[in-house]
This record gives sequence, C-alpha cells and structure tokens, in this order.
Amino acid sequence: MRAPSSELPVVLDRVSFKTGETTIIDRLSLTMAPGAPTVIVGPNGSGKTTLLRICMGLIAPTDGGISWGGRQHAAMAHRAIVFQRPVMLRRSVAANVAYALARAGVARRARVAHVDELLARVGLLDLAPRAARRLSGGELQRLALARALARDPELLLLDEPTASLDPASTRRVEEIILMAAKSGIKIVMASHDLGQVRRIAGDVVFLARGALCEQRSADDFLNHPTTSEAAAFLRGDLVI
Amino acid sequence: MVSSNPTLVAIVRLSLAVSLTASLIAAVVGMPLGALLALTRFPGRAMLVVLFNAMMGLPPVVVGLAVYLLLSRTGPLGTMGILFTPAAMIMAQTILIVPIIAALTRQTVEDLWFDYRDELNAMEVGPARRIATLLWDARYSLVTTLLAGFGRAIAEVGAVMIVGGNIDGFTRTMTTAIALETSKGDLPLAMGLGLVLVGIVLAINAMAWAARLWSERQAG
Ligand SMILES: Nc1ncnc2c1ncn2[C@@H]1O[C@H](COP(=O)(O)OP(=O)(O)OP(=O)(O)O)[C@@H](O)[C@H]1O
Ligand SMILES: [Mg+2]
Repeated sequence: MRAPSSELPVVLDRVSFKTGETTIIDRLSLTMAPGAPTVIVGPNGSGKTTLLRICMGLIAPTDGGISWGGRQHAAMAHRAIVFQRPVMLRRSVAANVAYALARAGVARRARVAHVDELLARVGLLDLAPRAARRLSGGELQRLALARALARDPELLLLDEPTASLDPASTRRVEEIILMAAKSGIKIVMASHDLGQVRRIAGDVVFLARGALCEQRSADDFLNHPTTSEAAAFLRGDLVI
Repeated sequence: MVSSNPTLVAIVRLSLAVSLTASLIAAVVGMPLGALLALTRFPGRAMLVVLFNAMMGLPPVVVGLAVYLLLSRTGPLGTMGILFTPAAMIMAQTILIVPIIAALTRQTVEDLWFDYRDELNAMEVGPARRIATLLWDARYSLVTTLLAGFGRAIAEVGAVMIVGGNIDGFTRTMTTAIALETSKGDLPLAMGLGLVLVGIVLAINAMAWAARLWSERQAG
C-alpha cells in the first residue's frame, strides 16, 4: 500500500455541467473516498463520460465545485484516465508507453525497464514493437491501461474499459483493474455491465439524466435499489 | 546528349540545389507555422487561414517581382548584393512555397489534433511538445506536403527568371533553360530538358513513396 493519497477524497459539491441550453450534469454532489472501486452506472447518455472528465479535471463544472484531497485546483499529476475510445499515437506499443512515462517525468534512462514492466503487467510484452494503432480492441484497451498506469496515478478513471470486449478479454482487463485497486490505486469506472459491477464495485454511483440517483454499496444497489430509475435499470427497462 | 553534356549537368544540379534548399527552409518555417495555426485560437485566425490558403496560388512572377524590388540596389535589402545569384532564387522560391507548406500542414495537424486532443490533455502535454508530437506523428502526410512544395518550386519559372536572371552557368535552371531554348527555336534541346525535369520529379516522388512505405511498416 502507498502513502495516504493527495487526490482523495474527490468531493463534488452541487456540480452542474451545461452546454448552451442542455444540462448534462445536474447539481450532483458526491464523495469518492479511498478504498474499493467506485463504479458509475447509468444508461447511455446519462452523463458518465462527462462526470469522469470533470473528475479528471479536463473540463470544469459550469456550476458548483470539485476538490481533490481538499484542493480545488489540483494539478493532474496523480490522476489518469482511460477514455471510452482510447487513441494511440502513431508509434509502436512500447513507444506509446514510453511517451506517457516521459510526460510523467520519468528520466530517459529509467524508461526502458519501466516500459517492459508496464507491458508485462498488462500482458503485452510480446507486442512491444508492434504499431499501436493495429492492435485488436482488447489489446488496445490493455495498452491504454498501461499508458494510464505509467502516470503512477492515485486516482484512475476508466470509461467503460470493457464495453466492446469478449468475455476472455473482459476478464483480463478486469484482472488488471483489480490488481491496480489492490496496489492502492483508487478506481473510478463507468460501466453498464451489471455482472462487472458485481465483480468489481465496492460502491455504485447510479446516474440518470445527469443527476445522482443513488450512491451505495454494490450489494445494496444490486439487491435493494431504492429509486425507481435504478430498479428499472436493473430490470432492463428503459430509463427515460 | 543528357549524360555527356557538362552544361546540362550543371543546370540540373543548380535547379535541384535551389529548389531542395528552398523546400527545406520552407519546411522549417512553414511546418511549425502551420501547426501553430492549427492549435491556437486568436482573433483574425480565420483570416490568416484563408490568406495562407489563397497564397498557395500565388503567381511565381509576382513573388519574383516582389523579391526583385526587395533585393534591387535601391531596395530595402539591396545592400546584401544577392540579386541575380542562387541565394536570391532560393529566397524567392522559399517565399513562394511557405504558404503551401503552412496551409497543408495546418489542415493535417488540425485533423490529427482533433484525434489526439483528449489524450494529450490527459497527459498534460505542454504547447511546444504538442506541436512536436503532432508534427512527428503526421510525418507521412507531411512528406507529401513537402513534395507538393518541392514540386511547385522545381517547376516554376517566373520567380527564378526574374531574381536569378537566367545567367549561363550561374543562375540558369532547367525551367529557365527550357524557356530560353524554346524562344531560340531549339525545340529538341528544350524537349530533352523537359523530359529530364519530369524524370527528376518522378524519381524524387518515387523515393519518397518508398521511404514512406518502409517507415510506415515500422511505426504504423
Ligand atoms: N460537449 C458536448 N456538447 C453537447 N452535448 C454533449 C457534450 N458532451 C456530451 N454531451 C451530451 O451529454 C449527454 C451525456 O453524455 P455522456 O457522454 O456523458 O454520457 P454517457 O453516460 O457517457 O453515455 P454512454 O453510456 O453512451 O457513453 C449526451 O446526451 C451527450 O450527447
Ligand atoms: Mg460515455
């Protein structure tokens, strides 16, 4: 385990995000504390991606405030994000990880060993010299994880990291995520896969139409949803 | 005729030297300029983009005339004394193709930036590094951009004619020689020169193509 984090807890205080007339995130208050992964659940378009971008500090709330470890304008240095559709640089697999390490301030001499270690961690060592843009979906997702881990984050934000993967690839990605969580990294992950919620989540944040409906332990959420939106989502109904 | 003629060799060599040098200088100036234009937002940017796009069609004789006025004895740069030298020709061709390289680079980099923006922001990549990263990752497209600039430089006659003066053995290029031989009525020689010119342009493009294929296989 690492020293107490400077990024946590992440506290959102009545955060709204609007573009023009539309409200994408609606007065959302939320605390994400150290510990087991937090999974953000919600139907398509409910604002999961937008919420993760706000948590990364890539976009600022139009209303309300967010703080990381009590600081409002914390640098991103100890956070990392894997986007819903990760984009790799037009370079080799190894070069993509090396690039992230360099941007994170790792000295050139230390990088080579570090690249190998990260690629081994996600099972991509064999593909190190391959062109990153020609990886399969599952390989790409694991490379994106390696690149995010290169930042040595305390807070790791993942946007539906297994959305288009087959069961075996999903398992591999989940293993990497659980390993990262075990090493003390706080995982905040968007998903609408309830099986995944069961396997990974410590607590669940349920969003509908940009508003927070529930934040509870995964067991509670799955077995005893309190809001009608969450109950409908769990039944597989449309949540409008 | 082609290989045995020392004058011809000198003409080809000068043409290549002038246009390649101009292309290189224009790349060093135009590519970062294009990238900067792609990444920054400031008032008047749209006008500048349109201006550069329009300047891609700048008539070579006009550029030649402008550089001529600049370099003539009474012009602002007259004291340099480089009018009617290869240096003046390089200067004119550089000015001619910087807009092409900047405009095409801007488009390429802007498209790539759209792709990379989120990831580079999430890695906290600073402005200078951003430009370097985008230019490097766009390198295959930028080779084509460079070739477009070089093609325009080696093919133009108006600018080098005016600022070089078409002096035999000193500033005579393939295009100015073709123009001269045609006007003197030596059509076979003009034709021969024309074929050499087309052959050289083809060869350079073929080499660039091969290099691109090879390196693309390495890096994707
Ligand atoms: N920059 C933007 N401008 C306008 N609308 C936006 C913008 N970003 C997101 N939206 C809209 O906000 C809503 C929420 O988007 P978001 O991507 O956060 O949802 P999501 O929960 O991640 O959906 P999914 O499960 O499909 O990934 C969507 O209706 C989307 O179209
Ligand atoms: Mg999303």
